[in-house]
Amino acid sequence: MDPDIIVDVIGETCPVPLVEMRKAVLKAEKGKVIEVKGTHPASKQEIPMAVDSLGLKLLKTEESDGIWHIYIRR
Amino acid sequence: MKMTIVVHSGDLDKVMSALILGNGILAMGGDVTLYFTFWGLQRLVRGRFSKAPLSKMHFMGLGKWMMVQRMKKNRVAEPERLMEDFKALGGRVIACEMTMELMGLSKDQMNDQWIDHYGAVGSYVKETENADNTLFI
Repeated sequence: MDPDIIVDVIGETCPVPLVEMRKAVLKAEKGKVIEVKGTHPASKQEIPMAVDSLGLKLLKTEESDGIWHIYIRR
Repeated sequence: MKMTIVVHSGDLDKVMSALILGNGILAMGGDVTLYFTFWGLQRLVRGRFSKAPLSKMHFMGLGKWMMVQRMKKNRVAEPERLMEDFKALGGRVIACEMTMELMGLSKDQMNDQWIDHYGAVGSYVKETENADNTLFI
């Protein structure tokens, strides 16, 4: 999946992954794909919750080598 | 979801909690207003934001120094960044004018770029009227 915007929050902790995701969503045009990649365990659960609250579409979540990737459609 | 938070404490840990909660709500699509009053208002005075003590184990600054080192090691966002993010996501800040008078503070001493409104209890009530929740920290 080719994202239009990549948000790298590897190594960051609460609340930075959520905040950076939200900033990217505010900047992105409708229809654009945002990839958020990080390592903070709770954020892997909570970014999808935020996506739901924001009424956006969660496309895919995957994890390899301790890094999770969350794909969101604006 | 709309939330108002009274930031009465000026302690670093408590101001950070208020900002982390606020940023979380904004990130998930809610609205937040922080009402800074009393000791909390000190954090809006220019140059005093990071001068905040810890609420416990401050130990004349040694405890705070250790906490700040641990925060850096664990890559916890610095309070200034939390505040900048809060504003970037559209968070509102009200500064309590009564506290300003009481403590002899004028607007030109305040970090004005963070403050949306200078008001008193009526402003807090007006903001909270339509809120789902309010907290006092």
